Amino acid sequence: MTLLEINDLTVNFYTEDGVVTAVDDLSYRIESGETFGVVGESGAGKSVTALSLMRLIEDPGRIESGEILFKGEDLLEMSEAEIRSVRGNEIAMIFQDAQTALNPVYSVGEQISEAIRHHLNYSDAEARDRTIQLLDRVGIPDAESRYDDYPHEFSGGMQQRAVIAMALSCDPDLLIADEPTTALDVTTEAKILDQIQDLADEFDTAVQLITHDLGVVAKICERVMVMYAGRPVEKAPVEDLYYDPKHPYTVGLMSSIPRIGDERDRLQTIPGTMPDLVDVPPGCAFHPRCPYAEESCAQKQPPLVDPETGDAATAADDRAAACLEYTGDLEGELEFEVSVEGEDPLLEEGQDAR
Amino acid sequence: MSLRRFIAKRVLLIFPILFGVSVITFALVHITPGDPVDVVVALNPDISPAEEARLRARYGLNDPIWEQYLDWLVGVLQGDFGKVIATDRAVSTVIVERLPETIALGLFGWVFAVIIAVPAGIYAAVRKDELGDHVSRFLALSGISIPNFWLGLMLILVGALTLNLWPVLAPRTALYSPEMLWYLLLPGITIGTASASTLMRIMRSSMAEEMNKEYVTAARAKGLPERTVVLKHVLRNSLISVTTVAAFLTASIVSGSVVVEQVFGWPGLGRALISAVSNREIDLILGITLFIGVAIILANLVADILYAVLDPRIRYD
Ligand SMILES: Nc1ncnc2c1ncn2[C@@H]1O[C@H](COP(=O)(O)OP(=O)(O)OP(=O)(O)O)[C@@H](O)[C@H]1O
Ligand code: SF4
Ligand SMILES: [Mg+2]
Repeated sequence: MTLLEINDLTVNFYTEDGVVTAVDDLSYRIESGETFGVVGESGAGKSVTALSLMRLIEDPGRIESGEILFKGEDLLEMSEAEIRSVRGNEIAMIFQDAQTALNPVYSVGEQISEAIRHHLNYSDAEARDRTIQLLDRVGIPDAESRYDDYPHEFSGGMQQRAVIAMALSCDPDLLIADEPTTALDVTTEAKILDQIQDLADEFDTAVQLITHDLGVVAKICERVMVMYAGRPVEKAPVEDLYYDPKHPYTVGLMSSIPRIGDERDRLQTIPGTMPDLVDVPPGCAFHPRCPYAEESCAQKQPPLVDPETGDAATAADDRAAACLEYTGDLEGELEFEVSVEGEDPLLEEGQDAR
Repeated sequence: MSLRRFIAKRVLLIFPILFGVSVITFALVHITPGDPVDVVVALNPDISPAEEARLRARYGLNDPIWEQYLDWLVGVLQGDFGKVIATDRAVSTVIVERLPETIALGLFGWVFAVIIAVPAGIYAAVRKDELGDHVSRFLALSGISIPNFWLGLMLILVGALTLNLWPVLAPRTALYSPEMLWYLLLPGITIGTASASTLMRIMRSSMAEEMNKEYVTAARAKGLPERTVVLKHVLRNSLISVTTVAAFLTASIVSGSVVVEQVFGWPGLGRALISAVSNREIDLILGITLFIGVAIILANLVADILYAVLDPRIRYD
């Protein structure tokens, strides 16, 4: 069953330097209970997409157009009160940086309990009990006595766990995890990701996992969307993305996954950086960095199409890419080979190594 | 425990500070020409030079300045703050008598400032860059710029002479009576306006800064109503910086009381200080100055304690 369907979402920021289109004509869907990955470099518009789903875009940003259908209802049409009853209750978010997402002057327990009291109408004592259970469930030792601790008394990993407990507190149907592990060391990262996965299975929660790390995606996602400069450039089931990537940017990202025995500097694999969104290159935004770019790439913006047929893709399509190659506008060919070196991340199911 | 030790340390610190204040005040009074006997003589021209000399000797005014200071200090350490020469009353009696008047006025002004500033600051921050914010900024700037004495005179002019709502001079009824609140209104507003304006601007800017933090988005993402987000999550964080300023404002309210009491004929410590200065009543000047010092130090101590209560990250060790 389709839980979330986003059609043609566009989000602009009206900054002093000009209008920034942080999310440009984005469509995708998430099925109940699945884990959907959103990948892209810093500034690709991943967090803006996530915040749009909860209608939390603030000045100077504005959701310009599109639909966000959650369980068939358009979140963008809802009243303020209706959307508030969805936030934290049916759709919850794990923030990128737990340390800044926690209010420093209230205890961790209180910050979890308040959502439970608000959405589930629990009494103080019931909410406290539930919070302690949640803290315990996400692996905070001695949860009962840590309830009254303040965020600064928690370590980074524990803060992240607390934020996960907070997101799970009202049994959401969709969990948006915005780079939930960037602030953490590798060991803690692996543990936290496992935990998110376990909890999502246990509570049958769909997850939108945002990350710049394709290795993480390989480990826990079923379908993936790759974003570049606010636009989706490729959408695919995770195996297809790994074994048969269609977009040159995906290929670039892929070769930047560090693998065992790989000595390359990961930053060198895709030369250049993502453009400033005030001034996106014309045509295909990726063309200044694309090894296959031709003249037409700077003129024509490639639509997102089915790579087999060249037909325009919609939210329902699982396989899509935005490169002129698939609309027949490219003279040359995309020549790249996929070879799996070292350990294959897709075969690592159940192991912690990455 | 550590908070208690912190308080004890701060209370002990009061003594060296007061010592410094008294030395400076003492020196300043002695630099200005004239002494209380000059004033008494000017008022009673029949006093003979011999009598004048006798008076000086009696109050020790001929002794070297350090001896005069030590005499005073020894007295203070025994609880004797000296005498008002012209009236022959103990300084402590005068202070105890005038103090409630000043406390009532200062407290009224302070409460007025906080009551106006906190909601207005919240409003301006929530309405940042909208009309309400601009209007409140204009009002705050006016409030900061208008001198106390002028504001006081204007309020008397309008409230007492044009509208006839207040008498020009407040009648001396019991200080702690309901109608006194009414008479406190004009001087209270006068003394509190500048503080309210400063406090409101600080409230607004710290609130606006906190509103941009990610914990605010996180609180909204929990589905909490905007009211709770602002009045629970943001407010408590912004109050941390506001309390410190509110405590500093105590100093400006105390010094404001000197002018305002004069304008409104309010019989408090401020007015007593002005007449003490013009009469060169050195013991009274010192007594009142020390008292003001203690009040300001205590206000800051209260602010530090509140700070610790509001911000769990602060630990005094
Ligand atoms: N408050 C804002 N004001 C102006 N522009 C903004 C704002 N928030 C986001 N943007 C614009 O949107 C772009 C995308 O930002 P977003 O935070 O979604 O990136 P991201 O993909 O989450 O990157 P990261 O991996 O660094 O978190 C930014 O590059 C910026 O240009
Ligand atoms: S459209 Fe051109 S520039 Fe863009 S990805 Fe395809 S080949 Fe590269
Ligand atoms: Mg982000």
